Amino acid sequence: MNEVLILDVLMLLLALVAAVAIIRARSLLAATMLSGIYSLLMALVWSNMHALDVGFTEAAVGAGATTVLLLGTISATGRLSRRTPSLDLRAGAVVLFTGGLLIYGTLDMPAFGDPYAPIHQHRVPKILAQNVGKVPGRPPLGMDPPDPAHPHPRDDFNGHVPNTVTSLLAAYRGFDTMFETAVIFTAGISLVLLLRRRDDDIVDAWDEREHEAEVRTPRAVAPVPQPPTRSHANLRHERAADDTKEGSA
Amino acid sequence: MSRRNPVTGAFQAPRLIEHQSVLRVTCKLLVPFIIMFAVYVITHGELGPGGGFQGGVIMAAAFIFYGLVFGAARLVDRIPLRVTDFLMAAGVLLYAGVGLHNLLMGSNFLDYSALNPAHPSEGEALGMTLVEYGVGITVTSVFITIYVTITEPRFMRGRPENVKVTD
Repeated sequence: MNEVLILDVLMLLLALVAAVAIIRARSLLAATMLSGIYSLLMALVWSNMHALDVGFTEAAVGAGATTVLLLGTISATGRLSRRTPSLDLRAGAVVLFTGGLLIYGTLDMPAFGDPYAPIHQHRVPKILAQNVGKVPGRPPLGMDPPDPAHPHPRDDFNGHVPNTVTSLLAAYRGFDTMFETAVIFTAGISLVLLLRRRDDDIVDAWDEREHEAEVRTPRAVAPVPQPPTRSHANLRHERAADDTKEGSA
Repeated sequence: MSRRNPVTGAFQAPRLIEHQSVLRVTCKLLVPFIIMFAVYVITHGELGPGGGFQGGVIMAAAFIFYGLVFGAARLVDRIPLRVTDFLMAAGVLLYAGVGLHNLLMGSNFLDYSALNPAHPSEGEALGMTLVEYGVGITVTSVFITIYVTITEPRFMRGRPENVKVTD
């Protein structure tokens, strides 16, 4: 048993624990934090497999952005889920069945890191040898003629982008990446068009809020406790009045 | 710190930030470094792991962190909605503009070597860098927009008298 496998098993077990805890947690805040932990563990798993770009994305998006967006959602809605979710046997059966199918599917795949796997025999050499995104033999500006005494660092940068993943994403699949960016842009534009109020409304509401904050907590002066303007009884009374008004109208 | 006003049931914005100096100071200290790291990730995308998307998300996380601590209203004061709207489109336009430039130079769309015909490898590196900047700009502004949009109802819910807070 090698170290990579031991680490993988350890981290995947922890990820499993985190996933179960997410399902069981009643506090949405705790569930959000746990999902961040889950993402960080998965990022470690990817890094352990030397998929550094995937790990980076998982850490930045899964643990960073998603957690923050969920926190924003929680602060706008509520902190507790309605009730502790119970175990749904039918849903569990579907999940177990699908998971079993997926594991069955992986049995046909070559072992992790197998150098004789088809992808390492056909696709990867072809992609690494393609000249899109790379112009071999031309050292970068200011570095030619290459110094024969120190060839190595220049070889690393010799005529192409050293990070193969970026080279693939930005040049070899440049159209793909461009339209991915367009998809993100479309998402942002849809949000703006569908959910954003008129500019004036927002500015008015925020101005009002800021103004209230200034009035309520003046700087350097301790806030004076003020009597509540509306008591429970008054409010109930008002609500009842409103109801009857609406009912009659 | 309750989220709802106990009397009216209306959502109330967190007011206690004035008293939480640790959070405030930590945020102000951390945000520049997070932005610096994001710029590093974007600009070194072709040298190591990371790139426009990851760096853009990290940069947006810095702004959103600021918004979480100081409130989305203060965040919008710092980076107005018009700016994020503009940057959203500018990133995609930068990406497509690089391709268009290549096309006008007589090469294929998104064939970056046309950026520097004398040194095609330099052109490739420059093109990828520009394209990564475009992705990063778009991703940053879209994520900031998402955050501002989903937290907006807190300020907008109900009429102004429902937004009013009693301690």
